[in-house]
Amino acid sequence: MATDTRHKPSSRSGAHGRPRRRKNPLGVFGAMSHIALVIWAILIIGPLLWTFLASFKNNTEIFGDPITLPSSFGWDAWGRAWEKAHIGQYMINTVFVVVCSTAATMLLGSMAAYVLSRYAFPGNRAIYFLFVSGMTFPVFLALVPLFFVVKNLGLIDTHLGVILVYTAYSLPFTVFFLSAFFKTLPTSVAEAAMMDGCSHTRTFFQIMVPMAKPGLVSITIFNILGQWNQYLLPIVLLSGNVEDKWLITQGVANISTNAGYEADWPGMFAALSMTIIPVMIIYIIFQRQIQSGLTSGAVK
Amino acid sequence: MRHGRYRFIVGFLAAPVLLYVVFVISPYVQAFYIALTNWKGVSANPQFIGLENFSRLLDDEVFWAAVRHHGVLLLVMPLVTIVIALFFSFLLNLSGGQKGGQMSGIWGSKVYRVIFFLPQVLAVAIVGVLFQTIYRPDETGVINGLLGKVGIDPVGWLIDPNIALLAIIGVMVWQAVGFYVVLFSAGMSSIPKDVFEAAALDGAGRYTLFFKITLPLLWDTMQVAWVYLGIAAFDAFALVQVLSVDRGGPDNSTTVLPLEIWRTAFNFSKFGYASAMGVALFFMTITFAALTLRVTRRERIEF
Repeated sequence: MATDTRHKPSSRSGAHGRPRRRKNPLGVFGAMSHIALVIWAILIIGPLLWTFLASFKNNTEIFGDPITLPSSFGWDAWGRAWEKAHIGQYMINTVFVVVCSTAATMLLGSMAAYVLSRYAFPGNRAIYFLFVSGMTFPVFLALVPLFFVVKNLGLIDTHLGVILVYTAYSLPFTVFFLSAFFKTLPTSVAEAAMMDGCSHTRTFFQIMVPMAKPGLVSITIFNILGQWNQYLLPIVLLSGNVEDKWLITQGVANISTNAGYEADWPGMFAALSMTIIPVMIIYIIFQRQIQSGLTSGAVK
Repeated sequence: MRHGRYRFIVGFLAAPVLLYVVFVISPYVQAFYIALTNWKGVSANPQFIGLENFSRLLDDEVFWAAVRHHGVLLLVMPLVTIVIALFFSFLLNLSGGQKGGQMSGIWGSKVYRVIFFLPQVLAVAIVGVLFQTIYRPDETGVINGLLGKVGIDPVGWLIDPNIALLAIIGVMVWQAVGFYVVLFSAGMSSIPKDVFEAAALDGAGRYTLFFKITLPLLWDTMQVAWVYLGIAAFDAFALVQVLSVDRGGPDNSTTVLPLEIWRTAFNFSKFGYASAMGVALFFMTITFAALTLRVTRRERIEF
């Protein structure tokens, strides 16, 4: 291929005035790579689109030919999913839990990270490693005792219990990430503020937090997504007879089991679409921050 | 001043440390002790039985099935994901030829990146429910419906014990690839442009560019990817719990340790035994992470 294209400069390299090797973006390789990329894109979008369309179909259409459009577009199934399958309730519960726990994670995590990265005191390293070590343990190791710790505090089957546990398990990575971030910030601004008589606490909230905004945004997104998508902790901590307190992931997983008995498949696909679409919209709006937020942990 | 400083430190650390010790550290520490007891429920008094749980583990077929599945996951899932992700990120970042002296991605690379990353933001449990209908074993399933159109008999994706685990791995790869495309893209964009320019001037083709230049310079990122994917291979709980037949079936052909821990503890109330499995899982994860970092250690290339 290289020898073929050498004497046929593509429009791009032609613009540079001299023919170079392998500059033709529309060669065989280019076409093949486009095909590979398009196939993967279809593999991603296909199932999601199919789910969305299936929410408008009836049972016969759903289990018939996979590539057909629904005969009519009605929102009955969506109504059933929202009301009867309590998707609305689960959604509100999840938003409440995630908002509280992310806020608590960010507040406590940034406070701890700030003190650990900026203040020398005996035991500083010990506390830091205590936090960081939490990243290496699989949560399944703690599962049984965690259940009983929460139970003994009387917090089992309550949202408060879930919020506290989410916060605690989000702290290791948050502290690790943010203390690295606080270290990169210049010390002079905070020192100047202290000279002017600003207290430690005020320096933190009014000077350091605004300066650390990019890092805080990344890690907030990371925590929101991680907590929103959590499945194990809700099914363990809200395992009693408290369906009205369930979170979205366990709700949807449960509907999929029930859809078989009640034969309401359109309702199930409506429920799935309802949980996927808001996340997709938020993702498309914030896709750059989300991509960097989620991968920043790996790059550090 | 000094007094205020310590008060401030203690004030800022008290709440996070307390929360963390109560809900994270204390359960981890307790788990090691509970693993040495025969605790079987809330009322029964746990007895210290030493390593009995662990010797029972050695004879437990389901436990070994789960360990084997982690082995398969660990071999197949990271490898497939990394190969696909590397291929795509190379296409998206470096294969578009040169534009104004800079390496550029293929046309439309931004759109592809957005689409590929999308499954990453979906909850694993939701993805599991989604794929239940896609993998349905008769013609009512999406894949089998499509296969039927070209005259291929339905495949029992999740009900055939020989392929059920691979079908689940397929979903994990489907979800993970986009994340690593973005990760590798970040790695590739941090490689100085003049390296590629110099190589291209010397007449390096796409293959040389990929295997001799990009890959070695991306080694650090790949190591991170391998550790991440390996840790994910020791999890797989949500997907197997939601997607597989009978939670880990058919015939335990897809079960994984986290699922067994959850089931042993919360369905069978064998808390001691479940914790022993947790300890086993912990040592496997730690060994894997340590080995990976050790084996893949290389001379760091500075640029």
